Amino acid sequence: MILSRVVGEVVATHKHPTHESFKLLLVQRLDRAGETRGAPFVAVDVLDAGSGDTVLLTLNGWAAMTAVRSGPAPLDAAVIAIVDQVQWLDNEPAAPT
Amino acid sequence: MILARVVGNVVATRKDPRLEGKKLLLLQHVNPKGVGQERFVVALDTVGAGDRETVICVSGSSARMASGMKSTPVDTAIVGIVDGIGLLAGEE
Amino acid sequence: MRLARVIGNLCATVKDPQLEGRKLLLLQPLGPDGSDAGSPLVAIDSVGAGAGETVYWSGRREACLAFDPPLPSDASVTGIVDSVSRSGA
Repeated sequence: MILSRVVGEVVATHKHPTHESFKLLLVQRLDRAGETRGAPFVAVDVLDAGSGDTVLLTLNGWAAMTAVRSGPAPLDAAVIAIVDQVQWLDNEPAAPT
Repeated sequence: MILARVVGNVVATRKDPRLEGKKLLLLQHVNPKGVGQERFVVALDTVGAGDRETVICVSGSSARMASGMKSTPVDTAIVGIVDGIGLLAGEE
Repeated sequence: MRLARVIGNLCATVKDPQLEGRKLLLLQPLGPDGSDAGSPLVAIDSVGAGAGETVYWSGRREACLAFDPPLPSDASVTGIVDSVSRSGA
């Protein structure tokens, strides 16, 4: 799983039937310093995460389908937790906020 | 499977109910000599790993084959704590 | 799933019989600021996307599951994006 930040929402009226009931978020991976990095991508969300939230994502299809209680579907990223706090051990760089 | 070191915890109140009571750890990939790499991942702990321990981590759908993980939506699980690594002579 | 822009179509007479009648699209991946980034790729369309549209697509093994029965695809267009609202970033 990876830490990422919700940077927006994606609206798609016309989408795969298995995606109908899901909210789509635009998310971006976080690096060790808590900075967003790389190209944003789309993840499904059933936990109602909002913009600016730090979220835990799974990037595995079967895990994503399990997360949103979906049958076989073309899903490869889903939010599985909204992160309250990231605690790095002492001597590790500051936590993403 | 990869080698990684426990470098932190992740706390999340709102999460998939199937993750309740499970420990999420921040891991840093390490090479066989224990040197940290610039790659981080969050993993579900199934073995009781502690701070700074070197662990074996399984990724992908196989993570759900770890004990008690069958129906959890995770893709990375810690499945072992490394006691020691024996490298062949001449291997970096 | 990732964002991309449809930049073209692809015709292939000789192909896996399972791909018969499927639309092959050329996608240009989009970068952090929404501009083109990286090399174009070919994806199978499952939603009726057209040239110039912004879409989101699924990759890897899950791409097969955009179709019933599953097709031999590692990139499938699974949604046409109406809008993206971005916060701050």
